[in-house]
Amino acid sequence: MTHWIIVPVVLPAVLGALIVLAMRNDLLLQRVFGLAGTVALLGVALALLRAALLNPPEVYLLGNWPAPFGIVLMLDRLAALMVLLTMVLALFVQLYAIGTGWDAKGRHFHALFLFQLMGLSGAFLTGDLFNLFVFFEVLLIASYGLMIHGGGKDRLRAGVQYVAFNLVGSTLFLFALATIYSVTGTLNMADLAVKVALLPQGDTALLRVGAMLLLLVFAIKGALVPLQFWLPGTYAAAPGPVAALFAVMTKVGAYAVIRVYTLIFPPTAPATGPMTGDVLLPAALVTLGIGAIGVLGAGTLARLVAFAAIASMGTLFTAIALFTPQATAAALFYLLHSTFATAILFLLADLVLSRRGAGTLRQALPPVAQSGLLAALFFAGAIAMAGMPPLSGFAGKLLILQAARDHMATVWPVILVTSLLMILGFAAAGSTLFWKAHASARDPGPEPPPAAALPLVAVFGLMACLVALTILAGPVLRVLEATAADLYAPAPYTAANALPAQD
Amino acid sequence: MEYLLASGVGLMTAAGVFLILRRHTFPVILGLALLSYAVNLFLFASGRVVIGMPPILTKDAAGYTDPLTQALVLTAIVISFGMSAVIVMMALGAFLETGHDRIDTHDGRTEDGGAGD
Repeated sequence: MTHWIIVPVVLPAVLGALIVLAMRNDLLLQRVFGLAGTVALLGVALALLRAALLNPPEVYLLGNWPAPFGIVLMLDRLAALMVLLTMVLALFVQLYAIGTGWDAKGRHFHALFLFQLMGLSGAFLTGDLFNLFVFFEVLLIASYGLMIHGGGKDRLRAGVQYVAFNLVGSTLFLFALATIYSVTGTLNMADLAVKVALLPQGDTALLRVGAMLLLLVFAIKGALVPLQFWLPGTYAAAPGPVAALFAVMTKVGAYAVIRVYTLIFPPTAPATGPMTGDVLLPAALVTLGIGAIGVLGAGTLARLVAFAAIASMGTLFTAIALFTPQATAAALFYLLHSTFATAILFLLADLVLSRRGAGTLRQALPPVAQSGLLAALFFAGAIAMAGMPPLSGFAGKLLILQAARDHMATVWPVILVTSLLMILGFAAAGSTLFWKAHASARDPGPEPPPAAALPLVAVFGLMACLVALTILAGPVLRVLEATAADLYAPAPYTAANALPAQD
Repeated sequence: MEYLLASGVGLMTAAGVFLILRRHTFPVILGLALLSYAVNLFLFASGRVVIGMPPILTKDAAGYTDPLTQALVLTAIVISFGMSAVIVMMALGAFLETGHDRIDTHDGRTEDGGAGD
């Protein structure tokens, strides 16, 4: 299995460059190669997950330099799971982009898409903090290109804000890394885990500052309050399929928090203690509240979905902040679910918008083509997002509530009340979009031809993932529980790095 | 030496933070550049400030300076250079499209900022 670990990074890098160099003027070739690349990556991700489930964590030494000196990639269950999630989402999003012709509205869509996948898989697979920074930059620079794909006033304005915000985030990341390096003298994650665990309590102010700065960086990525301001504008202005792909970008922040604060700064480390969870939990609950209120008050469909994404990140971070194996397993389940649910809603918002002409929720417009089908899909998506039965959002929220039994007074009311608020928001939006539309139809006019099938195939594919996640919740949860147990017993992960003996 | 370095990092960070809080894109970009200079110096200093020492193994060296931070700084410089180019181009594009270079979020026109063209 050794060399397969680097394939999710190298394959899109080569293919993306090839597409830019050799097929820049042929959209059909770009589509064929882009899609073939994503399918191949999906296959590799499946193989990697199989290997990660059967074997202990595996290390890949870049340039064959031994662990703390060279850069390592690490394949464990969590990394393999995240890569697979990314590739499944990417495949459907790419199908949607091809089906709706979004990829023809600007240049280099497929190359940027592949570079984005490269950055995402690299960020999930790396075992080195500085390398994590580098892959963050790779995925960000590709996302800048994708975000302004198709151009337009609002999109460029939002794009500049998005870039500026993330550049500040990158600078913070470097400050955090330098602070941590100055204390520990290493940036290899496993080596850091060993060294931080040895640090005594007290006189670790610098390390704590580094850990908190790092948390801020991941909070920017994960749109955690008070750093969520970039998300609604960016996601609402981004092209529909790109916003759907970005559903996994916020999850990179969540992944990084899970990885760094269970491996390097776990609540049991004497140097940092349980401070991460103490800070994270209130922030996550406020995020959840702001997201739900935003859903209730959003003026356009795209902003409504963006605020729902913020609320889902709040739920996710609430579960992460508890830092118990049970809560982390619940968080991972909700992470899988909310990625698909957010993506479905962004794609639906794009479908509705392209037919309706305006995304406003303030007034009812005549019904759109295939109104019934879209309404049904929106209904299902809203159920998933708000966490009502029968879809997997319900199971996810239930698992989180169960894991948060110790925090019944704080976590339970917030999650339950925000779920209600989100149901109200989605119900109001849905009735304006699909229900009142029939009442306001004065002149139905000629029925526009139904749109291409491929976009709907993509949405139904994502919906099928949600249904599969619901039906297979038991087996999936068992895998996730094993993953979470691994995270809280990181000895095999550290051992795989074959670090030299500590002096 | 340490004082010079520390106050340099501090001053540039302060100036950078002041500039990125401005309302127009040009000062914001300058502020981001200043912040990236500050962080480069800071990264460099995190490997301890050593003068006149070799970074690689030699037979007759009294001591060494940390080579890793130099590699980190190099990577950070390359990345921040690329990012600066990207944001300059995007800011230029936004300026040409909208006719102004304001970067603040609220001007009332994003209310219908839907995902369609």
